[in-house]
Parts: sequence; C-alpha cells; structure tokens
Amino acid sequence: MSLKIVVLAKQVPDTRNVGPDAMTPEGTVNRSALPAIFNPEDLNALEQALRLKDQNPGTTVTVITMGPGRAAEVIREAMYRGADGGYLLTDRAFAGADTLATSYALATAIKHVCPEVDLIIGGRQAIDGDTAQVGPQVAEKLGLNQITYVEEIQSLTPTLSKGEGDKSDCSSLLGRGQGRLVVKRHIDGGVETVESPLPCVLTVNGSAAPCRPRNVKRVMTYKRALAPMELAPETTYADLPYAEEYEKKPYLKLGQLTCADVNADLSQCGLAGSPTKVKNVENIVFKAKESKVLTGSDEDVNGLIQELMASHTIG
Amino acid sequence: MNNIFVYCELEGTKVAEVSQELLTKGRKLANTLGVQLEAVAAGSGITGKVESQILPYGVDKLHIFDAEGLSPYTSKPHTAVLVNLFKQEQPQICLMGADVVGRDLGPRVSSALHSGLTADCTALEIGPHDDKKNDKHYENLLYQIRPAFGGNIVATIVNPENRPQMATVRSGVMKAEILDPNYKGEVIIEDVAKFVPETEYVTKVLDRHVQAAKNNLKGASIIVSGGYGVGSKEGFDQLYELAKVLHAEVGASRAAVDAGFADHDLQIGQTGVTVRPKVYIACGISGAIQHVAGMKESGIIISINNDENAPINTIADYVINGTVEEVVPKLIKYYKQNSK
Repeated sequence: MSLKIVVLAKQVPDTRNVGPDAMTPEGTVNRSALPAIFNPEDLNALEQALRLKDQNPGTTVTVITMGPGRAAEVIREAMYRGADGGYLLTDRAFAGADTLATSYALATAIKHVCPEVDLIIGGRQAIDGDTAQVGPQVAEKLGLNQITYVEEIQSLTPTLSKGEGDKSDCSSLLGRGQGRLVVKRHIDGGVETVESPLPCVLTVNGSAAPCRPRNVKRVMTYKRALAPMELAPETTYADLPYAEEYEKKPYLKLGQLTCADVNADLSQCGLAGSPTKVKNVENIVFKAKESKVLTGSDEDVNGLIQELMASHTIG
Repeated sequence: MNNIFVYCELEGTKVAEVSQELLTKGRKLANTLGVQLEAVAAGSGITGKVESQILPYGVDKLHIFDAEGLSPYTSKPHTAVLVNLFKQEQPQICLMGADVVGRDLGPRVSSALHSGLTADCTALEIGPHDDKKNDKHYENLLYQIRPAFGGNIVATIVNPENRPQMATVRSGVMKAEILDPNYKGEVIIEDVAKFVPETEYVTKVLDRHVQAAKNNLKGASIIVSGGYGVGSKEGFDQLYELAKVLHAEVGASRAAVDAGFADHDLQIGQTGVTVRPKVYIACGISGAIQHVAGMKESGIIISINNDENAPINTIADYVINGTVEEVVPKLIKYYKQNSK
C-alpha cells in the first residue's frame, strides 16, 4: 500500500567549524561564512521514510526544505539516497524567521504540495538552533498529532483510500480512514512504545538508524538536478550546458515555491511573523581566573595531587 | 491575571526536580514583577499527592487536572490543558523543563497561542526593551538568555508583543529552594472535560519503561569529564578508571558524545546536564560556551589539554599542558601512591 511521506530537512551551518564572523551584527546567522551540511538528525528522519518506502511499494518521499538557493543541495542529497523529489521553499519574505514563522511556512507548503500526506518526518532538532520546536509546531499548525524523539517505526497500517479495502473499516472519527503507526520513542530515563493515528508528524532522534549512503546510480541520475534559484540571474534551464537534458528529464528541474506560490500570509512569515526577537548578542569572553599552569611531568602531577589532598579537595 | 505559570512535569505522582527548580525561579520573577506564581499539574490520581511537592516553593495558585487519560504524558491532551487554561488566565510568562516532555509540549502550545518560545535558556531576567525600528518602549519583559551557535555567543531573546512569554530550561540550571514548607496557596481542581475534548486522546501508550538515572552527575562532588581530545571510546576507559579511584562520576562534552566516545546521558552543558561539583576535571575539552554553561559553577576546575589556548583554560584553576593519554594515568598513579 502506497504512502505519501514528506521529509522536512534543513541545510545547517556546520557548527563544528564556527569562526568569529558567524553572526551578523543583527544577531542572525551569517550563513555565508560557514560550510553548509545536511542537518544530521534530518538524515535519520530520511532513513525512516526510505524504510517505509522499501516496505510499501508506490510510496513517495518528498523533501521540503526552506532556505536560499544553495539549500537545494539538501534535496539533491536526499534524492541520491532514495527520495523521489523535493521542493525548495525560498523567498526573501521568509528571511529572519524564528521557529514559529518557519513552522508556518513549512505547514503552508505541505498543505499546498501534499494535502493528502500520510506522514511528515523530520529530525528532532537542527544543530544550529537546537530548539526541537519546528516539528511540534508544524504538527499543531496542521492540526495533526505528533510523536517526538522517535527511535524506530515498528509498524504502520496505512490509511485506506476510497475503493481500497472494506468501506466499513474506513469509517473513523478521524475522518481519513484508520491508518495507524506504532513507534518506539526515547523518553527521559527510558523508552516508550506508542500508537498514533495517521496522518501525523514524527521527529527522529539521532540515536535512530543512520541514513543509508548515496546510491551511485542515483547520483549519476540526479547530479544535474537544479532548483530555479540556483541558476545564474537572468538565465533559464535553456542556457545551461546540458539544456536538452532538462527538456527530456523534467525531474532534473527541482520544485521551488515562493511565499505567493503557497498563498502564505505575509504577516506570519519571516521576521514580521516571529514573536521572538533577538535583543542583543554578546561575544563571550570568559572571566579569566588566575590559573596555575602545570606541565604533564611526573613532578607536576604528583605536586598537584598532594596539594589537592592536603586541602581535602580530593581523597 | 497576567501571572507567571510553571508547568509541573510528573512521573506518576512525583513532581520532576526541574519543575521545582522553575517554581523557585518563577517565585523570584513574580516578586520582581509584583504578580502571583501559579502552577499547573496534569496527571491521574495526583490530587492529594502533588500539592505538598509544589506549594512550598511559593506557589499562590495550583491548578490540578486529574483524569485517567492524562498519564502517562501524551502531546495533545496536555497541550489542550495549557492552551485552554492560558486563554482563560492570560499569563504573561510560562516556564517549563527543557526535557523530553517540555520540548514536546512547549512548541505545540506556543504554536497554538502564537506566542514566542525560547528553548534551553541558561538565565532568565526581567528588564526593559527598546524597539528602535518601531520606536516602541517596553517595560518588564522576560529576558530569555541562551548560548547560541557554536558557542561563540550568548543571545538575549525577548517576546515584546505576544503572550505568554515562554521559555524552557534544562534540569539543574536553576536551583530548587523551598520558600516556606507551610506556604498557603490555593488549590483548584479543574474540570478536565471542559479543557480537553475527548478527540484529543489520540496517542495510545502501549508500553513504557523508565529507569532511574544510571549516573549521578547532578549530585556528584567530583566529575571527570572527557571531550573530543580523549580521542576514542577506549580513551574513556582511562577516565572511568580515574573516576573509580577518586569516587567520581564520568561526564562528557557534546563533541565526545557526537563522536560516539560516550553515551548521551553523560553530556554536560546547555543541552545536557548542568553540574556543580566540588572538582571538575576536564580532559581534552576545549570549552565551548555551551559546555561551560553547564559546569562553570564547579568549585575547582582542572583542565588537561595539549592546546595551551583552549578556551576552558581561562576559567580553570589548574591547567595541565599535556595530552589526556599521558596525564590521566599519572593522576591515577600519584593519587594511589599518596593515598596509601
């Protein structure tokens, strides 16, 4: 039975390589100063989606990412690993969004491109903000249930569409049939197994199965896939070196959506739609203590131990 | 009206420590603002059992939601409790723990109320704010202070227009202090059905295993903590050996956890545990602000690092310039020798 799955993915600055120019004076992230990567937990999320696709032939996995042109790299990377396609949600009006405005934009895009979605899966949190807020907020905006901190999808009974199966099975309080899934999730100090009706939103923990690697054939097939935003200004696909390929293979033209395409309310987007404001940002200078500097020599280490024991700090 | 609300997280009928820490902070903020502190507890069979764990922290009003479907926690019913209660009570500030429950519930509630939420705050203060662009002045906003972005900065976030101003805080960041064991607060037993429609009970918990924490990092008086500089999972074995002889607990930095050297439970810092040991031995930890946020109140900090310029060295009482591999076995050796 086929499913419609949306994977929410984010291109993030690699916070392991942060320099002093990482933030703008306004307190937003200076993305151009940092290497960009696929948010690690979004890869765990993609793997869960691809496993469902393996088990349920005909399933489509669509990636939605919000960001500037270069964020389309996330869609290509997901396609190399097995996703069917994706959409770059991009507009100046989205700039400066906090988690709530981001969730609004993503939820609006999901309604637009995949109104019959069965499952929305994203990483638990992105490494640039560490907030873990977008998943639950998207769920709330769509009126769907959520399960966060997912480790593993244990079983899924798809929603029956009209004409499939016995009609009496389709009648449910939830309106769209009886699809359900069972997942194992991480909770504080343990694990929990829960069942939720479909459609719903899952956020996947980094401890879930790692994502499968790129498939070489898929890399060959999709390496020239581009979103319109990635083209040089004032050019079209027809101006590219392999223009005829884009004519023959429409899947090389990645989906792209602006604020207007998804009928988003501008007052809920970007900086304007963000209740939280950055008041100020301080560079951290640690208050230096008088530290005693030692070498790793036997004499120094022994001296330290004796000093700490004499003051009853240890022992 | 416009009081401060703390969502009290429950495991069965036991109130989470993080909630008591937030009640203590909430009491102080309420005093600054001249408003009342209110608490919310939602679970089943909790009436008569949670009051004494909540009111002594200086709670003026406790809202109890006691119904079968509210325990164990699931997202939608608890969201409905807070959203409908907040629509009625119009709080100005709402605090909750930044653990699995709070990080599941907080964003959902903030989305439903279109209010701002700041995750993992390390400090909360009250102060004025000038919005220069719109030429507006605000008094008594909640400053939600958190390290951000790779550790170079600390950001102060405000929610000028939307209410409640919501923040989550990790366990151990604030300190729990009983204000008065006999503090007289009003207890209101709410009619759950008025707040939570039947249709909200959608998640079924089939199975649940919760164990007490495997480590005692929060209460440890000595912590041996390892960073990326430890180099491998095997490298942590040395740290465990040192911890054993010192009767210490082992912790780790995020870099070490991300690299797979140590378990996630051991992570110390903004997105892990906050600790205040007597002695903190940082082994191969560079000292990103997120890590320092979780251990800076340690009594004595000893940094072992072969990078003389590691940021952590500036807050260390003792800096040993050397590799973890070289220095840790010597610490073990000389401790054993001297304690004979």
